[in-house]
Amino acid sequence: MGALLQIPDFKHTPTIDHIGVEERASRFTKRSIKAETKVNGLKLTLNMIDLTTLEGKDTDGKVKQLCYKAAHLHDAYPGLPTVAAVCVYPSMVAVAKKALEGTGVNVASVATAFPSGQAPRDVKIRDTKFAVSNGADEVDMVISRGKFLQGEYNFVFDEIAAIKEVCGKARLKVILETGELVTYDKVRRASDIAMYAGADFIKTSTGKIQPAATMPVTLVMLEAIRDFYYKTGKMIAMKPAGGISKSKAALHYLVMLQETLGEAWMNNEWFRFGASSLANDVLMQLEKERTGVYQSANYFSVD
Amino acid sequence: MERLEVLKTYKIYIGGQFPRTESGRYYKAKNAKGELLANMCLSSRKDFRDAVVAARGAFGGWSGRAAFNRSQILYRIAEMLEGRRAQFADELIKQGSSSADAEKEINLSIDRLIYYAGWCDKFQQVFSAVNPVASSHFNFSVPEPTGVVAIIAPQDSSLIGLVSVIAPVIAGGNTCVVLASEEKPLCSVTFAEVINSSDVPGGVVNILTGKPSELVKYFADHMDVNAVVYCEKNDTDKKLIQEKASLNVKRVLLYDKVNWLNENESQSPYFIMDTQEIKTTWHPIENVAGGKAGY
Repeated sequence: MGALLQIPDFKHTPTIDHIGVEERASRFTKRSIKAETKVNGLKLTLNMIDLTTLEGKDTDGKVKQLCYKAAHLHDAYPGLPTVAAVCVYPSMVAVAKKALEGTGVNVASVATAFPSGQAPRDVKIRDTKFAVSNGADEVDMVISRGKFLQGEYNFVFDEIAAIKEVCGKARLKVILETGELVTYDKVRRASDIAMYAGADFIKTSTGKIQPAATMPVTLVMLEAIRDFYYKTGKMIAMKPAGGISKSKAALHYLVMLQETLGEAWMNNEWFRFGASSLANDVLMQLEKERTGVYQSANYFSVD
Repeated sequence: MERLEVLKTYKIYIGGQFPRTESGRYYKAKNAKGELLANMCLSSRKDFRDAVVAARGAFGGWSGRAAFNRSQILYRIAEMLEGRRAQFADELIKQGSSSADAEKEINLSIDRLIYYAGWCDKFQQVFSAVNPVASSHFNFSVPEPTGVVAIIAPQDSSLIGLVSVIAPVIAGGNTCVVLASEEKPLCSVTFAEVINSSDVPGGVVNILTGKPSELVKYFADHMDVNAVVYCEKNDTDKKLIQEKASLNVKRVLLYDKVNWLNENESQSPYFIMDTQEIKTTWHPIENVAGGKAGY
């Protein structure tokens, strides 16, 4: 792949007009969405969720429970889709893989010394290999933000390429941790590096740092994907993660996706939400639309 | 040059904030002569939804407070109300009360808050029980707050009705969303300002203004509401509330025959108990040396 691509000089990635991006992003929140479209959008949202548990206290039982939820979001509502994937630590991949057998739900694993990424490359590679050999369908890696901020773009590029190589068939999501990159210019640059280095997805955040995903940051990344597509003809997927917990916000993201990248990206192969509490809010909204009655969290599974 | 009077904008009270209704709608509150008193927010079902979210969020903190602390806070509301007498009197008179009646209504409202402030840490003792059981268990029952209470306040009074339905509900540790009197709404917003300056955490009391005819259905069928209070005699509404409340088995409390100005029938610890659940605990005890429990 690298041989076919003309790798640009990453020092010269486009700069971002931050006022313009923020205004543009806020426009997407003002679209009027009618009931039927809303229901379709909410179901699509469910189908795009990477249901996530990334805690030190995760146990086999917790992961199994989450996997059950992934395939049985709310059985009282007939015909609901499943989520796209369950996202766990490498040590939980085998458990999740077994629990999700036959459901069509993928297992995604974070790797490369998530969430800080502060480890030597061989450790990161072993971490990734371990996750893939345990059956991970998708790998969520973190970039070395320290190196990136020092301007060592080649280091970051080579690291992504090296991880991509050991991923095999697993799709690679590259987490930029935009909360630590600070400026939109740097987000754009990191997006370009990741895409040229072989990322299948670019992802905003680990969820461990505030701010996590925001609409303007996601817009910058979507535009990077669009430019990359025009240059190379290759589609890259997008995953905002962290901080998206309400249905309304999810619909705003879908509007932004539709108006920036278009129809081809409007499915869970090309777009994901990294979230844990979003699913329940979407379910409550769907039930509200179905029954006409405002819902209570008491009637939905906790995890 | 004559000074221009600065008039108050009457807004609603949700989660400790004073927003306008999300719907942007309003209605005109008029006095008996048909003169305009104020433009009031015509709250929508989405305002109600937001208020329930705020009330649910505040429930854990409020119900978890020491009963004595709730008592202090209710007393504080009474103190603040006392300090705003003139404003309430002015509003009551604008809405058609004589000045003597206004005075009486304010006195009664303050006293009612003090009354329920006193009950905050006492009703549990009066209504708890140690129950006789035929096994070696210590068995006791205590009241606990039911949760979020949706209240459609008495429509024929501006202040005393509102205070009389809010006080027992929050005294017992519940949080509430209240729809004020449609015809006499002025005091409700001023009372919200009193609450807001009385150490009552945001979300414990939420006050909306608008039309009961529009909102009754949503008060009754919201799945995250645990009890609904209704004070009118409208039979259609009563039936609707009872039907919709069955969805999640809400308590329905109909206070349609209460004269809120009569102390004998409008204040008692039973009003607190109306929004309490009784929890019974079976605690194993050792049967020491053949001794028998006395209960």
